[in-house]
Amino acid sequence: MKEAVRFEDAAARLGGRTIWSGVSLTVAPGEFVAVLGPNGAGKSTLIKAVLGLLPLAGGSATVLGRPAGQARGAIGYLPQRRNFDAGTRIRGLDIVHLGLDGSRWGVPIPGLPSRAREAERVREVIELVGGAGYANEPIGRLSGGEQQRLLIAQALVRKPQLLLLDEPLDSLDLPNQASVAALVRRICRQEQVAVMLVAHDINPILGYLDRVVYLAGGKAVEGRPEEVISSETLSRLYGAPIEVLRASDGRLVVVGQPEAPFVHGDRHEHA
Amino acid sequence: MLEASVFQGLSWNVLSDVQQLFSFPFMVNALEAGTIVAVMAGVTGWFMVLRRQTFAGHTLSVIAFPGAAAATYAGLPVAFGYFGFCGFGALALAGIAGTRRSLGAESAAIGSLQALALALGFLFVSLYHGILNGLDSLLFGTFLGITTDQVTVLLAAAAVTLVLVGIAGRPLFFASVDEDVARAGGVPVRLLGFGFLLVLGLSVAETSQITGALLVFSLLVTPAATAHQITAQPGLGIALSVAIALAVTWLGLALAYFSIYPVGFYVTSLAFGVYVLARLWRVLAERPRTSARLATGPA
Repeated sequence: MKEAVRFEDAAARLGGRTIWSGVSLTVAPGEFVAVLGPNGAGKSTLIKAVLGLLPLAGGSATVLGRPAGQARGAIGYLPQRRNFDAGTRIRGLDIVHLGLDGSRWGVPIPGLPSRAREAERVREVIELVGGAGYANEPIGRLSGGEQQRLLIAQALVRKPQLLLLDEPLDSLDLPNQASVAALVRRICRQEQVAVMLVAHDINPILGYLDRVVYLAGGKAVEGRPEEVISSETLSRLYGAPIEVLRASDGRLVVVGQPEAPFVHGDRHEHA
Repeated sequence: MLEASVFQGLSWNVLSDVQQLFSFPFMVNALEAGTIVAVMAGVTGWFMVLRRQTFAGHTLSVIAFPGAAAATYAGLPVAFGYFGFCGFGALALAGIAGTRRSLGAESAAIGSLQALALALGFLFVSLYHGILNGLDSLLFGTFLGITTDQVTVLLAAAAVTLVLVGIAGRPLFFASVDEDVARAGGVPVRLLGFGFLLVLGLSVAETSQITGALLVFSLLVTPAATAHQITAQPGLGIALSVAIALAVTWLGLALAYFSIYPVGFYVTSLAFGVYVLARLWRVLAERPRTSARLATGPA
């Protein structure tokens, strides 16, 4: 089976500045890959390149067997965002439904058979993320974790082959980070969807990942988590001595990088 | 007696009072115009409140005032001024939104535009000395002297507005609640934002002719805001917004006919009353859920 994503010697430029170059990576169908790296390393840029929203400055990008940008309909995308604010008086259910039909012109006509089929699919995908208990509430009244599950449902509702999640764990507390990661892993296996998930902290998701793409210093390395998050690999990537320590509870701590990616600081990079 | 002096000609027999309302052509015109405006304002207003563009809407209504004043000064039908100025106003707002760096800068720019519009309005009023009698109705609305031609123009404009909203309804909804995902899904977010401002300008121009420039919100914002309080279902919300706008318009026109107070006052006060009730209802309705959540802890 062909790869979900293949980058060969790819480079991205934003505003005349090279964000990264020489990036080669592959994501297999049904694989759960985390995209890690410090602020400004170009993690969101990588996601935009996969979507085809940002043309590459060099190299090639193939997504689901086609040039990036031509497979948009088969990709579920969850952009980096803040939560819906408390005043958003729209049901979670409607937000999920928009993932299915939001880009079609016209207005929904109640009573059509197609409408009933769509409603069934929406119910199914909400069930999948465990959101049935609160999908009828206005989304602004839900907790960050509940909103994030419904947004993942929205990204999944068209049965995509590739799911791009840009910092979905951002602004969630630690137990919720772990449970959303577990959910993504389950979807990944159950629906055979390839997932690229941008994260700031690898620890809550470490147990669920297949592979890691680590971006830093304009380059990228990919591989199994224990290969990539190691003193040797990261020192080579940063070009500076880096030490990866394993705490007694299994958590990884990276010491010595120019800008600590595992410390929650300003989490809203716009690169 | 207070009632005798405030409400004149009211028999307290509902049937004969309604018959009396429909016995005058000007009143029939007013009711028709009010109905058209209420339906359109209910729909557009719902999207405006959803998109948090109430400030932009208010600015358009302030721009409607110099439009009407300029048309009167130039001896043109007032509707020309309303539609012309609101159209240009919508273009200007779209320009501001297109270059926006931040929400703060955008609202500051819109505010500056609003001040200019108000100043221009007063300029045209003072240029045309005879307008002073009509100033109240430009600002606070009138139901007297609405002609059959005006009703036709309102109907045409409302039809255009509703057809546009009908075509763009779902992607507009998507772009309004979830801009980034909508853009990634191929929805022309900027085009829709621009188009919606034009539709809003059209709606404001229409509504101004009944409620006056300053009370446009009584039909454009208050019923929509009330509907958003009551339901989180989009279809039901729009229907409710239209129903409230219709109810307050009809009742407001009837009350104004039988009393010495202007129509704008009644429509606005009725709409406000409904809004307050909806807020109260929500505070009461949401209390159990909050306490249940506290009891079970965070989800």
